[in-house]
Amino acid sequence: MSKLSAAIVGPGNIGTDLMYKLLRSEVIEPRWMIGVDPASEGLRLARDQGLVSTHEGVDWLLKQDELPDLIFEATSAYVHREYAPRYEEAGIRAVDLTPAAIGPAVIPPVNGEEHVGAMNVNMITCGGQATIPMVAAVSRAAAVSYAEIVASVSSVSAGPGTRANIDEFTRTTSRGVTEIGGAAEGKAIIILNPAEPPMIMRDTIFCAVSPEADRDAIVTSVVAMEKAVQEYVPGYRLLQEPQLDEPSEATRGQLKVSIFVEVEGAGDYLPPYSGNLDIMTAAATQVGENIARSLLPSGG
Amino acid sequence: MTDINTDINTLARTWSGTHGSDTERSPWGRLDLRLTDTCLRDGSHHKRHQFTATECRDIVAALDASGVPVIEVTHGDGLGGSSFNYGFSKTWEQELIKIAAETAQRAKIAFLMLPGVGTKDDIRAAQDNGGQICRIATHCTEADTSIQHFGLARELGLETVGFLMMSHTQPPEVLAKQARIMVDAGCQCVYVVDSAGALIMEQTADRVAAVVAEIGSQTDVGFHGHENLGLGVANTVIAARAGATQIDGSVRRFGAGAGNTPLEAFVGVCDKLGWTTGIDFLKIVDASEDVIKPAMPEECQLDRMTLMMGYAGVYSSFLKHAGNAADRYGVSGAQILLEAGRRKLIGGQEDQLIDIALQLKAEQEKEAANS
Repeated sequence: MSKLSAAIVGPGNIGTDLMYKLLRSEVIEPRWMIGVDPASEGLRLARDQGLVSTHEGVDWLLKQDELPDLIFEATSAYVHREYAPRYEEAGIRAVDLTPAAIGPAVIPPVNGEEHVGAMNVNMITCGGQATIPMVAAVSRAAAVSYAEIVASVSSVSAGPGTRANIDEFTRTTSRGVTEIGGAAEGKAIIILNPAEPPMIMRDTIFCAVSPEADRDAIVTSVVAMEKAVQEYVPGYRLLQEPQLDEPSEATRGQLKVSIFVEVEGAGDYLPPYSGNLDIMTAAATQVGENIARSLLPSGG
Repeated sequence: MTDINTDINTLARTWSGTHGSDTERSPWGRLDLRLTDTCLRDGSHHKRHQFTATECRDIVAALDASGVPVIEVTHGDGLGGSSFNYGFSKTWEQELIKIAAETAQRAKIAFLMLPGVGTKDDIRAAQDNGGQICRIATHCTEADTSIQHFGLARELGLETVGFLMMSHTQPPEVLAKQARIMVDAGCQCVYVVDSAGALIMEQTADRVAAVVAEIGSQTDVGFHGHENLGLGVANTVIAARAGATQIDGSVRRFGAGAGNTPLEAFVGVCDKLGWTTGIDFLKIVDASEDVIKPAMPEECQLDRMTLMMGYAGVYSSFLKHAGNAADRYGVSGAQILLEAGRRKLIGGQEDQLIDIALQLKAEQEKEAANS
């Protein structure tokens, strides 16, 4: 079967982890790793895996005779905003793992097929990838008037980009909670916990629904969503049965649905506690593969 | 242990020689200590975020009339804290800030924000509503998440304060480095925050002294205490002796956990020690009895639950949430708090208390089935 060629831009933790996932893909062949620092470990590891690796940046890549079909951007929102128009000019599809949010946002088990034709798709945030599927799961069973997500990640797995732009995390994630999760109103909270040994990513999803909602349907939908996410992130699991709290003053008169998940990473490059980064690279791989299948003549 | 008493006495001499005279460095005049009352923010936890507009107005008026120079008003978890995770506010915090700013004649109104919970937009709104001092709190190893917020606050002309929460979890040198990050980002006073009420006096002094050594030539250092081991006033006195010049307290301890350093008691202690605070002791004692007490759902207690928090080093605002989860699932609240300490949860992870309660419940059921 033929494969789409791909370049990974940004050989940091995310880009390197993504490389190992793409190397296993049946429809994508990672051919280039693009960085700016000759001393980058990610570039060295990519070279070991037979990728063309350069520290001369995207400018070098775009000058080559052969260009990739697909670019995975794992740099920063700032860098991606600068280069996205040039990718598009060159006819290269982009899967954006930064919070630049230039193209439509994609959560694989919710709207993974919707934007396969877009030149640029955005992966929201790690917290969004971990929680929005559950908001959507509740939404498809009952109207959600308000959803709130709390993402707790280990400090060591929150890179400088996240730290410097924590507002972008909360804003982009809460937008995804409403636009893709289907909640009328959304809120996102992120906590960086420095405990040693590092804690595995944990996420809590609270949804407010009508007291008349079909409770069994909500629970069934949540459990089904756990399975759907496990197909690409095997370490994604519900810690508890979804909890239903009867309407009270504390729930503003709504039925409160609480969902607790843990995201253990596959440990491809990043340690298993970094489920936050793993779910991002696993989701990006899914999205890239969906695009590849839509473009490959055999139908993938 | 080094001879801490000698160190503190040396520091105290340095302190009395320099503080209170350097008006250029202190935006707040010639007082020895600048006190901030936090009952309308930290007390929001104890009140389950149910302050009314009238209570806010009455408390601000009473504190202001007593000479309290700074009054902090926000949801307990800062701007944007109103949520399922932390509890919804009865009155929107921005409205409370506005009422406070309109009521205060002399006092400045401060507000709190936690990066990851609130955003820069919330800071702008708080300033529009009359807030003048922006206090930005991070866990004491995560100061670099506050850089963009300090930058904005200074750009807006707000006075800035940084909070290093859960300071008992890190050694003095780590706190000093984190304080440096905040100051370089534009913070004008870094607080050592004993969120769990777990610091014992010498530990407080060591931490404050280390932060003073790092940033004291440029900015103020503050201390925020809790009463979970009954050491609020003692820790605060020793913090001031170690060089802290901005001090938090809450009248009648009205704060999370067993409450904060009782501000009125600390004012009395300052009078005895000859430290000027600008606060009238008799007036603030009256305010405590006549205005603050009626607004409290109950006194802040040093009881089994709050003692566990000080003992296990647990974030004080977990108290009510642990109590709720204990009631909901029929498990021990004290056990929830001990497990929270064991899991090294930090401020903001209230959601995990429910998970702990469910785990304890499952263990209980297993034991019952086996017996």
